[in-house]
Amino acid sequence: MNKRKLQWIYAGLSLAVVALFCGGLFYGAVHIPFKDVVQILLRNYEGKEAWQHIVLESRLPQTVTALLAGASLAVSGLMLQTLFKNPLAGPSILGISDGANLGVAIAMIYLGAASYLTTIVAALIGAFAVLLIILGFSRKVSSNVMLLIIGIMVGYLASSVIAILNFHASADKVHQFVMWGMGDFSGVSLSKLPWLAGFSVAGLLCALLLTKPLNALLLGDAYAANLGVNVRRARVLILICTGVLTAVVTAFCGPISFIGLAVPHIARLLLGSSNHRHLLPVTLLAGACVALLCSMLTVLPGSGNVLPLSAITPIIGAPVIIYVIVNRKNIHYFN
Amino acid sequence: MKRAIAISTHQLSIGYTGRGGRRVIHPDLDLQLLTGEVTALLGSNGAGKSTLLKTLCGLLPSLHGDIFIEGKPLAGFRSGELATRVGVVLTERTQTGGISVYDLVSLGRYPHTGFFGTLREEDHAIIQQALITVGIADKAQRFISELSDGERQKAFIAKVLAQECPIILLDEPTAFLDVTSRMETMITLRRLAHREGKAILLSTHDLDTALQLADKLWLQPANPAENMICGTPDQLVANGALTRFFGSKTLRFDPETRRLVPVTRKK
Repeated sequence: MNKRKLQWIYAGLSLAVVALFCGGLFYGAVHIPFKDVVQILLRNYEGKEAWQHIVLESRLPQTVTALLAGASLAVSGLMLQTLFKNPLAGPSILGISDGANLGVAIAMIYLGAASYLTTIVAALIGAFAVLLIILGFSRKVSSNVMLLIIGIMVGYLASSVIAILNFHASADKVHQFVMWGMGDFSGVSLSKLPWLAGFSVAGLLCALLLTKPLNALLLGDAYAANLGVNVRRARVLILICTGVLTAVVTAFCGPISFIGLAVPHIARLLLGSSNHRHLLPVTLLAGACVALLCSMLTVLPGSGNVLPLSAITPIIGAPVIIYVIVNRKNIHYFN
Repeated sequence: MKRAIAISTHQLSIGYTGRGGRRVIHPDLDLQLLTGEVTALLGSNGAGKSTLLKTLCGLLPSLHGDIFIEGKPLAGFRSGELATRVGVVLTERTQTGGISVYDLVSLGRYPHTGFFGTLREEDHAIIQQALITVGIADKAQRFISELSDGERQKAFIAKVLAQECPIILLDEPTAFLDVTSRMETMITLRRLAHREGKAILLSTHDLDTALQLADKLWLQPANPAENMICGTPDQLVANGALTRFFGSKTLRFDPETRRLVPVTRKK
């Protein structure tokens, strides 16, 4: 791979992350002048308390959340695509998000005002339950497309259980859950942020440590085993890693579709290579970029209204997937 | 070059264990694979050639009996250690279209590199040499998806060379290749065996090339009750083993031309 091109990609993406991060701080539903935002961030501001609150308590945690959630979902999608040998796998397609969703629904509706930790644990249990089901089927069903369909079905099952739970729950809980189900980067307050940050940074670090076995898995299980990879252990580690990343993001931000599915493709198209040594960091950065961008796009310019995140991510993600499928004959990693 | 025993088996039984119980594909195999030789494994579809290859390198568990790699029981190897002794080229579908030939071959260094798989100077030298040996060095920066079937096969052989194993098992390395690529691949493997003393076992349906270029033949019968027949091509032609092995109602092996010919009915 061309070194110069690599440097450009890393530099460009890092710059984009910084720019979009700043964009998230300076741009929002409420107009706050540039100078004031800078002063607030520098803790050198003596103006409106409301503005100070908006920047520090709303915009700052929201952008950090978007950055972490985007990176986590994208990396988790990439690992699933490699593990399932299927470029159309992803946390939301395989029903893992729905599993986490169900866990959170049970926690919210039955355990009352659940603490963050309870919500995270519930999401984790749900995500892992679905992961195990999919993994079990992956041994019986060799066709990748069939496996994806099973994933979608499992997702529907989880959704229908959620619907049944909602039916029996009180109106305000249902409302709370429905709002959460829209997906939102802004629900994480500054005090909750360390939880999200801790789990997702840990998950991302683990993912980076799995680079070598992930590359070997591109060759398929038998080749990987012949190269000395303990395939079963590698698979479990990858699943735990993706499970944690998806679950923690889902627990805090609600189900977010398409970032996990589409960003690895953006990264591969950008990089031109499936070698995880660079693909994984590039996916991480691209995920952060896309999520930050989506987060900004939820704010309708001028009106001060905010759209749900679930309205934005497909607008960016779906065209990428359609492009990739239509052009798959000319895309190296599909062949 | 002095021949040594690379792989030997003792009363090895191969097959699968599934829900319906055990399915024995071949019981009681006593085989010896020697270094410095190319051994061609011949047999009809379903005779269990792939099963044998996968069992010999530990990818499939054996049902019974023992396998020794360089005199040491297969079960006694740790996976990382075995990866430096036995390399394979399989017929598996891979998702390697999106990586370069160089990246693919560098994966062969997997058992030799550290936790992050960082390639050292010497690894690069070995990868380069492997690319040159199979004659694909000019395509090093191409994507696997851009290669022809023959080139792809060469890339995977280069991968197994970079793995630097004294024993190489290949499952139908010449399938889907045109005549020239088939011969070239066999010649490359033969050179590796003869010059570097590697033990090479490959399964094939290509009787002509096997007779011409393999040092030994293993004839794996489809019927589990029959024994595996091993010997040099000349021996097996002379003692009529090939004639018996390939005899059917419509075809027979002609020892004169060393080919399969249609049976001509005598009137």
